[in-house]
Amino acid sequence: MSTPYKTIMADGLWSNNVVFAQLLALCPLLAVTGTATNGLGMGLATTAVMMTTGLSVSLLRNAITPEVRIPAFVLIIATVVTLVDMAMNAWLHELYKVLGLFIPLIVTNCAILGRAESFAVKEKALPSIVDGIMMGLGFTFSLVLLGAVREILGSGTLFANASLLLGSPFSILETVIIPDYKGFLLFVLPPGGFIALGFILAGKNLLEKKLEGRAADDETPETPVAEAEAR
Amino acid sequence: MPNRSATEGGPYAHKKTSVQRTMVLVMVALVPATAYDLYLFGWPAINLFVITIASALMIEALCLVIARKPIVMFLTDGSAILTAWLLAMSLPPWAPWWIGVLGAGIAIVIGKQIFGGIGQNVFNPAMVARVALLISFPLEMTTFVAPSPLGTAGAPGFMDSLAFTFGLANSVDVVSSASVLGHVKTELSRGIPLQQALEGNYDLFAMTLGDASGSMGETSFSLILVGGLFLIIKRVISWHIPVAMLGTIAIMATLFNLINPAQYPDALFHLVSGATVLGAFFIATDLVTSPVTKRGQLLFGVGCGLLVYIIRTWTAYPEGMAFAVLLMNAMTPLIDRYIKPRVYGRTIKGDPLAPKGGS
Repeated sequence: MSTPYKTIMADGLWSNNVVFAQLLALCPLLAVTGTATNGLGMGLATTAVMMTTGLSVSLLRNAITPEVRIPAFVLIIATVVTLVDMAMNAWLHELYKVLGLFIPLIVTNCAILGRAESFAVKEKALPSIVDGIMMGLGFTFSLVLLGAVREILGSGTLFANASLLLGSPFSILETVIIPDYKGFLLFVLPPGGFIALGFILAGKNLLEKKLEGRAADDETPETPVAEAEAR
Repeated sequence: MPNRSATEGGPYAHKKTSVQRTMVLVMVALVPATAYDLYLFGWPAINLFVITIASALMIEALCLVIARKPIVMFLTDGSAILTAWLLAMSLPPWAPWWIGVLGAGIAIVIGKQIFGGIGQNVFNPAMVARVALLISFPLEMTTFVAPSPLGTAGAPGFMDSLAFTFGLANSVDVVSSASVLGHVKTELSRGIPLQQALEGNYDLFAMTLGDASGSMGETSFSLILVGGLFLIIKRVISWHIPVAMLGTIAIMATLFNLINPAQYPDALFHLVSGATVLGAFFIATDLVTSPVTKRGQLLFGVGCGLLVYIIRTWTAYPEGMAFAVLLMNAMTPLIDRYIKPRVYGRTIKGDPLAPKGGS
């Protein structure tokens, strides 16, 4: 039983995206996406956790009996999160202070347990790592996108404090989109997160509908045979 | 002339109510208070009022185009105008133009259209916009001015006020003045007894007439009351929500005033100040977002009244009408779920009624 890597990548990044398709992990999503930088930091930390837990769960999948799998997964995830938490405290201390409590709370991110349960426990080590990375990157993408929207609308900047996360060379990323902006506090607060996420989801659905329509226009008259084979 | 149609056979009657008629009646009821307050606060208030309503209409039209709905029918039902009107009445009278435009946008797009348009919204759109603005722009939303009626010496002229509203000039002299609720809150928090805080700031006669500082349309107790009674007489709203709400505020205020008169203002103060009557008659009674049954409406009104009193008395905000109404809007589906009217021929639990007497 194995899934082609292409499918794993497409699933993680777009068609089964943690946020935009599964609507999981909304708690950290709404809590930390006040700025794009925070979203990026949180996303990368979660990606590291997903990759490592994917690998561990996959390697241990034959040793863990189905009856105890949930506590075992939680134990593995908690261990990895603690490592990431300490590593960020040591090397990315400024960002760690901003993200604070939300790093330990990655443990409760249902998306991670979800991938362990639905993917890593059935697959070999390498596909599990790839799945972890792709799901994590998809999550990071959605966090950065939402963070960027909220940051531009809420405070008129983009990637503020990026140098805290990526080092001083990346301070060029820090841009002021709207000069002399007084700020629109609603979008920095959680309700703004919900509102922005709602509009992004609506936009995604619209985009997919358009793409679907175009694909149908392209394919149906020309290659009915190929389509039938693909199914 | 015999009118044979599909309706033949039953006692069908048509009470000529429509969305449009309801909206127009509410606007008629709002006219006296609005006109008096626009006169009191002069051209900047008139500018803001016009800007808010015009932008609400434009945004509504845009939403209808995007949603591919009939534009003329929904634009002329008056709901967008009324929403913007109520929003404008809850804004500080000399707020800059973008407060009105942004507020209208939030009310129409986030408050109303993304739920599916008129009749589908969970929350009162005007109050959604007011709360969003209040939380995001506390400075602009709490800068109140003292009344300077049109034509008096201190009032800015039309051109001056246009420049002022659009932020081109700050040349207009503004006599800023805290609303009575805000003033009392500040003074109480400084440990100054209530009687001293009220002295010189609280003139019952002026408050009843409306000659006080506050949001654009909330200051005139008597004119709003007249409009509210007109709506009850015209049966646009029923008495349940306003009476339950004002009654609850009055009882709470009297109770705490008896306990400690130096800390808690009396009932009359709460009834004539802030948005109490405007909220009770015009905002909480929104037909879409309040319960269907009379008993549900009583509960809704009591809830609004309690929340208004609690927010005014023990939180950081001097006025809590918008928050109270939104919180009770969120409770409305629950109230409607548990308080249902008795179905004809059945008990309140839904069992068939036992036939009475003989036969």
